[in-house]
Amino acid sequence: MTHLPYIAASYGLALVLSLTLALNAAWRLKTARARLAMLERGNLRPVQPAPRPEAAPSSTDTQTP
Amino acid sequence: MSASPTLVARTGSFFHRYANPGRFLKLGARLQPWLTWPAIVLTLLGLGWGLFFSPADWQQGDSVRIMYVHVPAAMLASAGYAALAVCAVLSLVWRHPLADLAAVEIGPVGACITALCLATGSLWGKPMWGTWWVWDARLTSVLVLFFLYLGHITLIRAFDDPQRGYRAAAILALAGAVDLPIIKFSVQWWNTLHQPDSITLTGAPTMSSSMLWPLGLSTLGISLGFAALVLARTRAAVMESRIQALLSSPRRNQGNAA
Repeated sequence: MTHLPYIAASYGLALVLSLTLALNAAWRLKTARARLAMLERGNLRPVQPAPRPEAAPSSTDTQTP
Repeated sequence: MSASPTLVARTGSFFHRYANPGRFLKLGARLQPWLTWPAIVLTLLGLGWGLFFSPADWQQGDSVRIMYVHVPAAMLASAGYAALAVCAVLSLVWRHPLADLAAVEIGPVGACITALCLATGSLWGKPMWGTWWVWDARLTSVLVLFFLYLGHITLIRAFDDPQRGYRAAAILALAGAVDLPIIKFSVQWWNTLHQPDSITLTGAPTMSSSMLWPLGLSTLGISLGFAALVLARTRAAVMESRIQALLSSPRRNQGNAA
């Protein structure tokens, strides 16, 4: 096969990229489904957002106790 | 001539039927396997056929096999941005909340597929043209598309108020759609190193059917894969926004404080 390194790099890149995107989507779906199920059962406590380094408070900062 | 208000309202109510997160999640869960499994099978079939069984080109040799990855990636880079523009219209005209969430999720997938298109183009260009990159109209317009995706990803997350981010990114998506016809017609409007299209809507393909079949299969498979990824990410985003809403609801916080 001529130009094998170029062909292998192209297919390898496609494989790595698609696997990364697919695994990321699957992990996000799984985590979100589990957290939502826990929340709807009432078992999950609200998570306090990490303090931000910026001086200006954001719109969401005012809502947190 | 402008569209009648009734038509706009009817279209709006059609789209808003799926703005209900519960309905979307139910429909999405049902649709997901019908996109994912055909995407895997068709992509493996198309790429396997293209890599091992399709003939080498008389002029380009085996490097033509890069086409089975490069061409679907190039088509989807443009199609993904067109989808962003459709989401932008839905967001700006009908304030469709799912269109905003879908736009957030299409951006990174579209940027990845555009990066793949540029990278495989370079890997094909080096042995054929003797260079990794030329500032040719087709290549440059696709590079601009990649930057548009990056700009969209950044802008949509740049504001504390997500609604402002959605509006700004929607305007960028609409303005950037100008690049799509430039990409499409660049090989006709300018004298480029990039070859003209081998498959057009109006003429017969200038490619042997032994190459056309694997290309068609891989294009279909990768397109379904793109749709499956965007659907999965949008479903996750809907669930995450529901989680955020539940966690920040005052009643819940009061309950926990008590």
